[in-house]
Amino acid sequence: MSAITHLQFLESEAIYVLRETAAQFSNPALLFSGGKDSIVMAWMARKAFHPAKMPFKLLHVDTGHNFPEAMTYRDWFVEEIGAQLVVGSVQKSIDDGRVQEEKGPYASRNKLQTVTLLDTVEEHQFDACLGGGRRDEEKARAKERFFSHRDEFGQWDPKNQRPELWNIFNGRKHFGEHFRVFPLSNWTEMDVWQYIRQENIPLPSLYFSHTRRIIERHGQLLDAETGFIPLLDEEKPRVAERVIRFRTVGDATCTGAVASTAATLDEIIAEVAAARQTERGTRADDKRSETAMEDRKKEGYF
Amino acid sequence: MSSPISDFPNPAPVVDAAESSLLRFTTAGSVDDGKSTLIGRLLYDSKSIFEDQLLAVEESSKRRGDAHVNLALLTDGLRAEREQGITIDVAYRYFATPKRKFIIADTPGHIQYTRNMVTGASTADLAIILIDARLGVIEQTMRHTYLASLLRISQIVLAVNKMDLVDFDEDTYTKIVADYMAFAKGLEHTPNIRPIPISALNGDNVVDRSPHTDWYDGPSLLEHLETVQVRAETAADKARFPVQWVIRPISDAEDPKLGNLHDYRGFAGRMASGTFRVGDEVSVLPSGMKTRITGIHTFAGPQEEAIPQLSYSLTVADEIDTSRGGMIVKASEPVHTEQEFDAMICWFSDKKPLKPRSRFHLRHTTNDVRAIVTDVLYKVNISTLEKSQDSQEFALNDIGCVRIRCATPVFFDAYAENRITGSFILVDEQTNNTVAAGMILKSVAEDDFEDAAAAI
Repeated sequence: MSAITHLQFLESEAIYVLRETAAQFSNPALLFSGGKDSIVMAWMARKAFHPAKMPFKLLHVDTGHNFPEAMTYRDWFVEEIGAQLVVGSVQKSIDDGRVQEEKGPYASRNKLQTVTLLDTVEEHQFDACLGGGRRDEEKARAKERFFSHRDEFGQWDPKNQRPELWNIFNGRKHFGEHFRVFPLSNWTEMDVWQYIRQENIPLPSLYFSHTRRIIERHGQLLDAETGFIPLLDEEKPRVAERVIRFRTVGDATCTGAVASTAATLDEIIAEVAAARQTERGTRADDKRSETAMEDRKKEGYF
Repeated sequence: MSSPISDFPNPAPVVDAAESSLLRFTTAGSVDDGKSTLIGRLLYDSKSIFEDQLLAVEESSKRRGDAHVNLALLTDGLRAEREQGITIDVAYRYFATPKRKFIIADTPGHIQYTRNMVTGASTADLAIILIDARLGVIEQTMRHTYLASLLRISQIVLAVNKMDLVDFDEDTYTKIVADYMAFAKGLEHTPNIRPIPISALNGDNVVDRSPHTDWYDGPSLLEHLETVQVRAETAADKARFPVQWVIRPISDAEDPKLGNLHDYRGFAGRMASGTFRVGDEVSVLPSGMKTRITGIHTFAGPQEEAIPQLSYSLTVADEIDTSRGGMIVKASEPVHTEQEFDAMICWFSDKKPLKPRSRFHLRHTTNDVRAIVTDVLYKVNISTLEKSQDSQEFALNDIGCVRIRCATPVFFDAYAENRITGSFILVDEQTNNTVAAGMILKSVAEDDFEDAAAAI
């Protein structure tokens, strides 16, 4: 009997988890950001239920600080895979007075997303949210479960998680509680890229090398083209065109670029292999403290 | 601040997507046996640790006043762990070489050890058991080995670590291996054992073979991990396909490969073991009705054969009623369909003990049924491996044999034959927490009194 490849295993495991989610919950949503991990997850969700349509809506938590390329891609992709899209708007949360916008040059809506996410979950009565989080991304995620229980306040208690054995996932919950489900738990950044190449999945152009107006701040290459990042007066003359690409695609205010000429999937894979920094090394949101991710996750972050 | 690890290759080896396989392993050892150092080295040498991670760990180590870079901080990511210097839970780590992708289930070596090791071992094909060469085989070593064998891990690496501290002495190593083999022979299910003398700190026999152990002619640890054959899965395994979900498009659309979808009814699931081919005669549970496989579908199109671990949607010739919790098996390879069985369990709850007559939700494959633990047959002292009936209660980390009765039949094989159709969890009815892991020994129906008598 032929052994299966590691990508076959990972895809089959993710499909298994996606089907378990459909079966164990009454109204799951798939968190879709337009980033590569959520694209791969939605790609496999289409496969898992073929020839029927996937039994989840896609949920985009929109910070209002989007790269236009990511939005164009989002709308095309949703149409392509025949899914339904729900948008939770951080701008609306600000307008409704649910959250207060951060001020100053480092202002980001990243943290505000949590409130919008939890409000949207409540409004639509979603009882499970599928996320593209991977355990290799960040140390607090290394101990995350496939099926991650959240209490009625949407909080994660890392010290009181349900053990996961074999391939049995326990999604039992009380009324008002919900789950976060991570089908890509066992994937690494390299696995995601190899899978994208194997499946030939189209991606937002942001992932490939392009020329962009950039401001370098504390060693980070930040976007100066969308205008979402407030520039200090002394920074304005330093804005320059650079050849870059993004390793992760999220909110424009906290997604750092890397200098890169990688224009094809093969070139990106070679670059990822040679990288000396983690992909989240470009994320300003993780740099706020040693346990920034854990603290946000406890509150109900992705 | 000295780093205990050498320079790593750059760029990282890229696993060959077309050829590579996956190996899942768990690591076991007591405190201070060098487990973190070994994992740190495997990650570092395969360039799975990045500069920013290492820098962050170096800074934390400095702040904490550690004498050298504390690689445990790489795996201990939670605030409470960093503050208390402990590991709370199973952490999963990833690395790859051109030949294989590896998933490590890293379990802490102290309190709650049993629960965490059982969890980590449940998905592992191989266990690395670390021994301090200065101490030899100790009680912990035997516990770890017992748990690996209980969970039916088929491959063990006996990593005799800290060989540098015994001057790479062959006699010391040989004696430890002999002691260990003598113990392992006494187990009910002896795994394949590969002993390797190593120094995780200096890298001897971890990636490359060491110049200090001329007397050792086996592979380095990584060579072994890259080439070891796991899972004795063969085409001869019984075909088992638990149904997760029924795919009904509820559409009159024409699919280019499947035709009109109006009557499409696919049983979605993952092949647990064995194989199916189109035309195979199968039994569909719970009814046990016989029919034939007419289609093995994936998104890519119809397949000739369904193979273990991959996900499919199966269609059958007759309209047979089954849904989530059901199972499709080869007609010539029946599965146990019974309400009562005996099982080994490990108790996971520190809040309440297990008492006979307790009720649970039992989760087995895709099934969820109510169940009662009717009897405690015996408990196992995992330090001495003695069975006893002194106590009828299970506290956290206790292991033993119980009899379970389910409200409706479940479709199972013995765990020794099938890790997927032989395993289950118990879920507390009030809290919904997972409170026990179970491995089915045998059905009660086929039971004679022999076994119960032998247990006493």
